[in-house]
Amino acid sequence: MTAFGKLVRTTAFRLTLVYLFLFALFAASLLGYFAWNTRRMITDQITETVNSEVAELTDQYNNGGIRGLVYAIENRALRPGANLYLVTTPQGQAVAGNVGSLQPGVMDKPGWIETFYRRLDETDTRSHFALARIAQLPGGFRLLIGRDLEERRRLFGIVAKAAQWSVLVVLLLGLGGGIFVARRVLYRIDAMTGTTQRIMAGDLSERVPVGRSGDELDRLAENLNAMLERIEALMAGLKEVSDNIAHDLKTPLTRLRNRAEDALAKAGNEGEYRAALENTIDESDGLIRTFNALLMIARAESGQARDNMVDFDAAEVAHGIQELYEPLAEDKGLTLSVEAQSASVHGNRELISQALANLVENAIKYGKPVGAPPDSPGERPDILIEAAPEGSGVRFSVTDRGPGIPAADRARAMERFVRLEASRTQPGSGLGLSLAAAVATLHGGELRLSGAEPGLCAAITIPQASPLAVPLASTRRAVEQA
Amino acid sequence: MVTRTDIVFPSIESQMRLLIVEDDRESADYLVKALREVGHVAELAGNGEDGLALAETGDYDVLVIDRMLPKRDGLSLIGALREKGIRTPVLILSALGQVDDRIKGLRAGGDDYLPKPYAFAELLARVEVLSRRHGGPSEETVYRVGDLELDRLSHGVTRGKTEITLQPREFRLLEYLMKHAGQVVTRTMLLENVWDYHFDPQTNVIDVHISRLRSKIDKGQERPLLHTIRGAGYMIRDGIR
Repeated sequence: MTAFGKLVRTTAFRLTLVYLFLFALFAASLLGYFAWNTRRMITDQITETVNSEVAELTDQYNNGGIRGLVYAIENRALRPGANLYLVTTPQGQAVAGNVGSLQPGVMDKPGWIETFYRRLDETDTRSHFALARIAQLPGGFRLLIGRDLEERRRLFGIVAKAAQWSVLVVLLLGLGGGIFVARRVLYRIDAMTGTTQRIMAGDLSERVPVGRSGDELDRLAENLNAMLERIEALMAGLKEVSDNIAHDLKTPLTRLRNRAEDALAKAGNEGEYRAALENTIDESDGLIRTFNALLMIARAESGQARDNMVDFDAAEVAHGIQELYEPLAEDKGLTLSVEAQSASVHGNRELISQALANLVENAIKYGKPVGAPPDSPGERPDILIEAAPEGSGVRFSVTDRGPGIPAADRARAMERFVRLEASRTQPGSGLGLSLAAAVATLHGGELRLSGAEPGLCAAITIPQASPLAVPLASTRRAVEQA
Repeated sequence: MVTRTDIVFPSIESQMRLLIVEDDRESADYLVKALREVGHVAELAGNGEDGLALAETGDYDVLVIDRMLPKRDGLSLIGALREKGIRTPVLILSALGQVDDRIKGLRAGGDDYLPKPYAFAELLARVEVLSRRHGGPSEETVYRVGDLELDRLSHGVTRGKTEITLQPREFRLLEYLMKHAGQVVTRTMLLENVWDYHFDPQTNVIDVHISRLRSKIDKGQERPLLHTIRGAGYMIRDGIR
């Protein structure tokens, strides 16, 4: 498509054409109305003058006879810019007046007529146009009184010219303006199209140019950019997940394969085969768990779980988790308590429970007993689950008295599959904290790790107003600043 | 972990007729074979239309339906059955293991939901609980297993002449086990039905609850009632054969 073709096809240009047509029509009808009204006014004026003169002269004739009439007409005809006067005999011969010639047959019928004429005293041979009234006088004489229409014609000419020019100017300005606006819009749309094409070609870091006027196109561009930002973050997350899956799922898969191979090569009796197979099932169960956790994280991060949000009591969730894990903690010689205040949360109950469960499992795994008897006053329990309103939202936290995580490692601890050196010997997928972080992010909140001197305090804050778009990286950034 | 041939299911007193609607030939064959090995009758339909036709005509105790099927998907198959007034219990199998999908499946008329990949023991335990022939004393107000009695109205539990004090959650755990007395219940089933959580804890948290309960009802008793079924879960029963 040529540049001009593109221009002509723009919405702005087409709209301009429509408006142009409407304005031209408006200007033309305005001038037309003006011209028509003026013409009528002039005609009315002439009619009135002529009628009164006909009345006056008829009077003159009735009083002074034909002589008096001729005298009066001769008098009047001499005045400058005078009307047309003509008196004829019943035979049609001119008796008095200033008319040199008329179109034939004009005097035959009384009434109004428009006719060409020539004056007596005129030197040029040009005919003029006049509006005249022919009156029948008693005695067979006829009287013509008329008015030249030159003035009306000239006025008409002026109006016609004005109409021509104004339409021309409207057309030029309209077309010029249309092209200007269309080109401006086209230029900006082309810029956006170019950006989107580059994005489609694979460069997600491209952004649509945003002008400074804050008009609708700028707002569109800003929104597109926000959308691109989100897509880029999601894509980065996806890439990270697939990289991590590729890297970290291969390790247990390799182990699985090695064991099977080993069993095939060495095992001699049924018992050994059986043990190897049981091992294989355990290992694949672990893989399935890891996979489920990864899917859960991906789902939480992509925001899909937003459909399932309900209102529930934070304290109830905290008590539920405490009640579920208390026997397990006791088995490990740890006290697990809960301090929860009633607070309404809007969110995915299942995911928040799971996030809290992950934190508690971590605390049970790494926590250490304080040593003091659990019911000694003023002494905090080995693991404390808290839930309390914070601002307009809710804060869940799990505090243990274990070795904690050094401040420098806290951000890394929340990344997928990251298992800090201290925890290598413990079983686990390395996904617990990342799931908790993803759940917090899904709810527009964040997971914060802080020291509890000694121990670790992991807190999930959930602001009540759940924002529509939450940048993925926010959780990690929050930790780096903490 | 143990292989499925090891799993002893003392709960099988009567044979179940099952319909498996699953399009993946290999896993369907595995399932049918495994179910037959433990003594059930299992039939197979390879797509949703065949599944619907069989489920309408056949007399089955439980239908095991995969969610994604050729010709007619699992949820629409269940919907069609329920519309026709066929109330045969349905266990939905799905590769979509998420909570939302589970809720969707149950809303469509499924009775239970099992994400793939699953352990056969888990599936077997779930279909047996679902089966109408093992409906159990769900409407009774007092559950009895041996000399253990649980009153659902007064929340009283006694073993012989001794009154047993249970925490509310321990009571619900025992209630669920006794409701399905003689049937294997898995850890996941307990977590779902007693605690209403649908996630997979990384720790043996359920085992600890069970051992607490066991110490309250079986400690010092000659005949233990709460049994661990290796590789599957738990079962409450008055002695093993």
